[in-house]
Amino acid sequence: MSKSYFDETHCAFGHPKSTFMQWMLTIDHKRIGIMYAVVMFTFFFVAVAAALTMRFELYAPGQQFIEAHVFNQAFTLHGVIMIFLFIIPGIPAVFGNIVMPLMIGAKDVSFPRLNWFTFWLYILGCIIALSSLFNFNIADGKLVFNFADTGWTFYAPYSLNTDTNVVTTLVAAFILGMASILTGLNFLVTIHRLRAPGMDFFKMPLFVWGIYATAWIQLLATPVVGITLVLALLEKYFGIGIFDPAKGGDPVLFQHLFWIYSHPAVYLMILPAFGIMSEIIPAFSRREIFGYRTIALSSASIAGIGYLVWGHHLFTSGMSDVAKTIFSFLTFFVAIPTGIKFYDWIATMYKGKIVLATPMLWALGTIITFAIGGLSGVTIAMIGSDIHLQDTYYTIAHFHYAMLGGVVFLFFAGIHYWFPLVFGKMYNETKAKAAFYILFVGFNLLWFPMFIAGYLGMPRRYFDYLPEFQIYHQISFWGAIIFVIGLVFMFYTLIQGIRKGKPSGVNPWNATTLEWHLPSSPPPLENHTKVPYVDFRPYEYHHGQPVVKFDENMKRID
Amino acid sequence: MAHDSHDSHEYIPEIAVDRNGKEHVVQGWQGDFEGAKLGFWLFMLTEVLMFGAMFMTLSYYFTLHHAEFIKASSELDRVLGGVNTVVLLISALTMGLGLLKMRSGDVKGAKLMIWATILLALIFLGVKALEWSNDYKEGIFLGLSTMQAGGGKSFGELLFFGMYFTMTGLHGFHIIIGIGLMLWLLKRINSGKVSPEHHILHFNIALYWDLVHLIWVFVFPYFYMTGAGGAIHG
Repeated sequence: MSKSYFDETHCAFGHPKSTFMQWMLTIDHKRIGIMYAVVMFTFFFVAVAAALTMRFELYAPGQQFIEAHVFNQAFTLHGVIMIFLFIIPGIPAVFGNIVMPLMIGAKDVSFPRLNWFTFWLYILGCIIALSSLFNFNIADGKLVFNFADTGWTFYAPYSLNTDTNVVTTLVAAFILGMASILTGLNFLVTIHRLRAPGMDFFKMPLFVWGIYATAWIQLLATPVVGITLVLALLEKYFGIGIFDPAKGGDPVLFQHLFWIYSHPAVYLMILPAFGIMSEIIPAFSRREIFGYRTIALSSASIAGIGYLVWGHHLFTSGMSDVAKTIFSFLTFFVAIPTGIKFYDWIATMYKGKIVLATPMLWALGTIITFAIGGLSGVTIAMIGSDIHLQDTYYTIAHFHYAMLGGVVFLFFAGIHYWFPLVFGKMYNETKAKAAFYILFVGFNLLWFPMFIAGYLGMPRRYFDYLPEFQIYHQISFWGAIIFVIGLVFMFYTLIQGIRKGKPSGVNPWNATTLEWHLPSSPPPLENHTKVPYVDFRPYEYHHGQPVVKFDENMKRID
Repeated sequence: MAHDSHDSHEYIPEIAVDRNGKEHVVQGWQGDFEGAKLGFWLFMLTEVLMFGAMFMTLSYYFTLHHAEFIKASSELDRVLGGVNTVVLLISALTMGLGLLKMRSGDVKGAKLMIWATILLALIFLGVKALEWSNDYKEGIFLGLSTMQAGGGKSFGELLFFGMYFTMTGLHGFHIIIGIGLMLWLLKRINSGKVSPEHHILHFNIALYWDLVHLIWVFVFPYFYMTGAGGAIHG
């Protein structure tokens, strides 16, 4: 058997003998991607646990298990982990690393050592972010945590006044932001410099387009939030005054600077996810993607327009009516390229030979959940309805339909799609499909009642509520239970797949892009032994069969 | 971004052949001068955005508190600030000359120029320290009672000095990082890892230094010169 990247690796320095040190020092993009995935999903479950704690607490009105201030810390913990530790590094750090260089025929990313450094910067950020969790004491027989209680948004002036440990969380968010910038920088240079000969931008797979657009957002938006967090720290400890109304500072300015990054950040999360969708739909419809150029350019325009819409988070914060109208108008605009993508995907499936494998199920499920998430976003882009729905469960439901039902569902789709590529084995498809159905039902049961509760006036982040909202919280609770069962079952199936799965072969899905034309499975250390000359489009099918075929020297033989 | 040539993952030149039998060179990540240059330019872009956000904040408050900003600005020391501007501009020149010398093969001259740049950077920091300590004596420093709300200063003055210490402080931090980078560069030149044939590290550090001085070129007029007229006419 030929050696795979699990057997040998390149290291940032030295030539360690132990397997453990070889993983710690590895500069191989595939290994780094796997390490990101392991760390990220560990934290993902911590954040899920925090969310489940809140659901338990909200099962009935009044106090159940935890105290009000612990509840505030729980939603902060949930938000900070999910946003900064999980979904922002998210798909780029895992699949951008593992798959993107394979798709363009590169041996690695442009700066493999920087990639290694970035991973450890990310780990450092994670440690700092969660360090204050362990900074607790016992007063009057009760556990008192010092974790931040500001919510993941750190709005001034509360974040400047609270006694809890905001400083570590702010520093961590800054460091994680730097890691995100460096990842984006690395990918931008990789995509510009290391594409296989002949592969121009419009011959790249659409996932690479998604990563490319994302990398620009990472690069251009993250520095702004980075400096905002630094300013908040300087404000808190040196009193520079710029967010402090007592010194003439403007707390709303913090919101502007914060959302200049944090709104583009949601496109940073969703664009690579859309990229995964654009890979899966043609592969399992056995049909060339409809409107390749429009999908590619809509990624670019979502990234561009998404930069100009941050103000819609501030409709109730005090902003001129002219600005509100402009921001509302621009926000509607984002829906256009997104809609184009949806129609393109559906048109791709039309008259295709649809194969309902697990990745395709996830993709189809996401078309439903993200459509709800996206369209409910348009309703709150309207100033009038947003005034009513701002800071209610409606917005929370919208956000989770878009992020969990969009980004994370497509992340799961990607995991099931590239699993055989990464491990050279196949999971049990029957179980994986069952996990999808459990998660899909649990998800909708969990989040849909929140649209109604929010519309009726249930505010977000509240520890307590009026009895009339109880029914919605209880349906949500049971949805959450089903969802968590589905999650555990899905990861169990995947781990069983890693341990006992049958060998999958190099191209189990009959897909066309370059990452499915590797010499062996799992791939060897330096990927393609020979780099092909790319004079074909990424998804060429004819009568349900891939058009482009290669011999063992990666020369076309069709 | 620099890498050692003796590593096991050395670049093996590769050729891709198209269907007409034409050969195309495959670009590897190793020794990619253009790629390393592009990467560092992109990194510089993030610096611009970081300082850009602060300039935006500054100009926002400038429009709100116009007169108070000018009054506060007139209290800064234009002589020391001006000296520092000249020092930094000369250091940009020495840095650039060093790079030219490195390219033309004069490694010794290049090292001399880097040392000169380090010296000028240290002078800059010295003058800055003098300036800040003078400010401190006059009761202008973060954390002093005169800089608190109700401490006798208007909103505009408090915001101006808050931003002044933030931005010159962060700029000074970049100078310190720059000195560290230059010392590292000298070490790599001495060990032969940076040479006229392989000078991307030198190129990128010179680029960094250019940006650091460029930021100062905007910081100086915004903080020191807006109140210059006020100082002359009392």
